[in-house]
Amino acid sequence: MATIVTVLYYLLTAFVAVMLVWNFLRRKNWQEEALYVIILIPFLLRLLRLK
Amino acid sequence: MTRKIAVAALGAALAVSAGLSFYRSRHLAEPVVAGPGVVRVARLGDYFAPLKGTVNDANVYVLEGREPGGTFLLLGGTHPEEPAGRLAAWIFAEGAVLARGRILIIPTANRSASTATRLGGAYPPDFTIPTAWGGQRFRMGDRWSNPLDQWPDPEVYLHYPTRQELAYVDIRNLNRAFPGRPNGTLTERTCYAIIELIRREKVDVAIDFHEAELQYPVISAIVAHEKGAELAAAASMFISSVEGFAIGVENSPKALHGLSHREIGDATDAISLLLEAPEPFLDATRGRTDRALLLTGKDEFVVRAGQRGLLFEKIDENGWPIDIRVGRHMSTILQLLELWSGDHPDKAVEVSGVPRYAEVVEKGVGAFLKDPKAADAAKVFYE
Repeated sequence: MATIVTVLYYLLTAFVAVMLVWNFLRRKNWQEEALYVIILIPFLLRLLRLK
Repeated sequence: MTRKIAVAALGAALAVSAGLSFYRSRHLAEPVVAGPGVVRVARLGDYFAPLKGTVNDANVYVLEGREPGGTFLLLGGTHPEEPAGRLAAWIFAEGAVLARGRILIIPTANRSASTATRLGGAYPPDFTIPTAWGGQRFRMGDRWSNPLDQWPDPEVYLHYPTRQELAYVDIRNLNRAFPGRPNGTLTERTCYAIIELIRREKVDVAIDFHEAELQYPVISAIVAHEKGAELAAAASMFISSVEGFAIGVENSPKALHGLSHREIGDATDAISLLLEAPEPFLDATRGRTDRALLLTGKDEFVVRAGQRGLLFEKIDENGWPIDIRVGRHMSTILQLLELWSGDHPDKAVEVSGVPRYAEVVEKGVGAFLKDPKAADAAKVFYE
């Protein structure tokens, strides 16, 4: 059960990370781009199991 | 496009910097130079095979005298964010010489918990104890096993075997999971291994080192299972009269489960004791949570809380330095060993080579840590 939850958790994290990258690419000003990049960092680190 | 690449590169640099910090903290090697009393270094997995090779397959330093006697177990790092206990265990493993009996030392009982810091707590990743040879760095650690090693937490944590409901996060707390179970979580399996060690090695007295926030009522005390109440009371009296500091005795509550002082005493033949020293770093009212606070125990906000009568231990501008906290543990262990040996001549444990409170306070903890670079490589082990 714990393994299933863990896999789902990482899939969810990856999905949010992809959405953040997608939104980053669609932004038109640098402040919003910087905001998406900063929000993306903890998601990337979590996917890499660094915390 | 150039702007996007620049912003993405900045983000990547931040991610790499943060990731490296987390990785280095988790993998920081902490050397222990096995002292003259160490006859072998076992692993927790030797007592419970499924723990072998896991993050919690901790080192067990076995110190033995020439004459037979009793056996003490010293547990450091049950809560790694309470470093005085780990440091006291370190000093014993590196310096103690035994004439009689045995001491088993686990400096990092919950190694997993030593590889993470408290989420959202802004803890430093590590700290350094200054020494004559340049200083020794230790992982800061946390109270709970690393979620990377045990996850997810349940909505409700029911302690095994009592089914008492405890805080959900305490399913990763080594000191809420005793006596453990062989098919449980990593934390429960670690507790089970420690209980197996105590049974197989016929441990007479198990001592678990801790530190507590000053807002916590159980502080500056020996928490004693009823089997160890007399020993703890005698130690408290001797310490308060000859060692230069006061320490009280608290009875281990019979209805609060999962704690070492309750479950080790109930599940094994050993007397179980838990030592608490004051650590302002853990107080909720603290200010900046940095290495200086961890090592000096100085914090103006905790002092103000004391002035308003909110604390269970005194604090002033001098704080609670790490040397005092480690020194308290050292003298308390030595008094317990001496009193036990006096009452049980056939099971005596006679120790020399380790400092008491006054000496630790005078010279500092670093004076008693050994330089791994100057030691025989075969004697150096890593936590």
